[in-house]
Amino acid sequence: MSALTVPVRAAEEATPRPVPWRRMAWVTWRQHRFALGGVAALLGAVAVYVWILGRQLHHAYATAIACHPASSIACGDLISRFNGIDNFLTNGYVLQAVPALIGAFVGAPVLARELETGTFRYAWTQGFGRWRWTLAKLVLLAVVVAAAAGALSVLFSWYYQPYFAAGNQPRFLNEVSPFASGLFPLRGVAFAAWALVAFAVGGLAGMLIRRVVPAIVATLAAYTGLALAAGMFLRHHYLTALVTRKPNVPASAWITSQWWTKGGNFAFTGLPPMNLLQRFCPSLPARAGKFKPLPGTLAQCLSQHGYTRWTSYQPASRFWLFQFIEGGWLLALSLLLIATTVWLVHRRTA
Amino acid sequence: MNVVEASGLGKRYGGTWALRECSLAIPTGRVAALVGPNGAGKSTLLNLAVGLAAPSAGGITVLGGRAPGSLAALGSIAFVAQDTPLYKNLSAADMLHLTRNLNWRFDQASAEARLAELGIPLKRKAGSLSGGQQAQLALTLALGRRPRLLVLDEPVAMLDPVARHDFMATVLTAAVDDGVSVLLSSHVLVELERVADYLILLSRGRVQVAGDVDEILASHRVLTGPAAEADRYAERPVVHVRRGEVQAHLLVRATADDRIPPGWETHPVGLEELALAYLREPGAAALPGPGRSRDAEPSEATA
Repeated sequence: MSALTVPVRAAEEATPRPVPWRRMAWVTWRQHRFALGGVAALLGAVAVYVWILGRQLHHAYATAIACHPASSIACGDLISRFNGIDNFLTNGYVLQAVPALIGAFVGAPVLARELETGTFRYAWTQGFGRWRWTLAKLVLLAVVVAAAAGALSVLFSWYYQPYFAAGNQPRFLNEVSPFASGLFPLRGVAFAAWALVAFAVGGLAGMLIRRVVPAIVATLAAYTGLALAAGMFLRHHYLTALVTRKPNVPASAWITSQWWTKGGNFAFTGLPPMNLLQRFCPSLPARAGKFKPLPGTLAQCLSQHGYTRWTSYQPASRFWLFQFIEGGWLLALSLLLIATTVWLVHRRTA
Repeated sequence: MNVVEASGLGKRYGGTWALRECSLAIPTGRVAALVGPNGAGKSTLLNLAVGLAAPSAGGITVLGGRAPGSLAALGSIAFVAQDTPLYKNLSAADMLHLTRNLNWRFDQASAEARLAELGIPLKRKAGSLSGGQQAQLALTLALGRRPRLLVLDEPVAMLDPVARHDFMATVLTAAVDDGVSVLLSSHVLVELERVADYLILLSRGRVQVAGDVDEILASHRVLTGPAAEADRYAERPVVHVRRGEVQAHLLVRATADDRIPPGWETHPVGLEELALAYLREPGAAALPGPGRSRDAEPSEATA
């Protein structure tokens, strides 16, 4: 830089060189430290709480596993204590709000605040150049946000570990599929990718809406829609499901659908109709209008009468493949959103 | 070289033209004043010049052919926008640091010296400074970049007379001592005479008058004579007629050597008076260069 101060001004004018990218590090930190501090505080609080609850969970699991003989009453108590743990982390849905909050409160104001307060007229007429300013800011903040979310998801993975351990089922310990819709986005690379996409959505919403509060609301709405769509319509199509007629599908597998056939012909999907059950399996206990048959017994009863149950499922071994597929398309979407935002800034007409 | 050159420049927002058919060539080394009523298109023209807006028609270049908003242009143009936007929660020192990081050149020492001179504490948040101090801080940031062209959008509109005077003094010093070309817009006509040596009058999105202040003033005279005879002067290019009970004042395009009718007096016109007369006659125009000047039909205004 010292070589380019006032005395060689003429040479510099002839070949204007862009201001170095690294200068934006200080600029971004100085302007967004409160937002980043807020993210750190939020993630820190969540992390501490997850750690405290996680210690209890792991302790309950360890004592239940270590108990011998497993069939004793004392062990049964320990097992039901582990199975009875039910806090806000159990189904994982509450934690889906974390990426949404990051996206809304870090992503949306980046451009919306500049546009709302008029400071874009300062920022976008500096020598750095406005599309470079936008790109540098968005990329820097995106990396920070994704890294912070990634660190937190390591903690989530640790917390849920006991639920995924092999051999839970024979001991009557709760076992959960790693594809469970509340848990899948919290682990692996998915959580960081969701935080990234929420941030990118926030950046674009800020550019389009130009006001902070409406941009935050729009970001939350868009994120919720995207997360629901991914969980309900997209995820089980990442890879073609396996189909089996074996009665025992492991509890770790993600069962996407079940149907029955008789004599090679399709019979029904899901639970059997009432009249069919009463005809063939009247001894199965029925609860007020809704059947909650024990796994296995229903299948046994119906198969005695010539029915075959087919199950399409995603095996737990595909977890990482699914993680990378989800992480991949979210990363691609984030890059597209950031590129769109930068392009809009570049061609924006005031 | 021209600091701003526009040809057929137009900008449309939705269905309305904020600026149209604007052709200009502002020479380098001038303090150019862009004058016009609110909504005349001043901010639009300045936004086009600094690249915050893109033209809907025609073209504009800055600093001898550079595209507005390109890195080559941004490196040498400093812009102080209307209401001097600053990051309210950043201190003056942080604003200096920010501006230094966002530009190749930044004269930290002179910027700090200027703030000390103005009595603006470096640790004060920009948002807690007075309007005059905020304007001075924004100007200090702009001048610290050592620009070749300084663009100011309504810099003094919100300032009290003392702050306004101080602000313009700083601008003039930069123009005279450092050779910075200045383009500023204003609807405040006082002070302009002292500061501007190039004038652009905008009205309803069109350029009315553009040229060197001395040349413009030299080519206009005020004629004062009997009100009853005012119409007889109509063959002359009259810009504006101000008619009183007894006497009429005519602003005409004429030089000091032109003959005047008997019974009439002639005297030179001031910049403020001339600007006012043109602003009252949006149809009148006086543009430099052959084939570009045209004289509109004068209309009357009763004094």
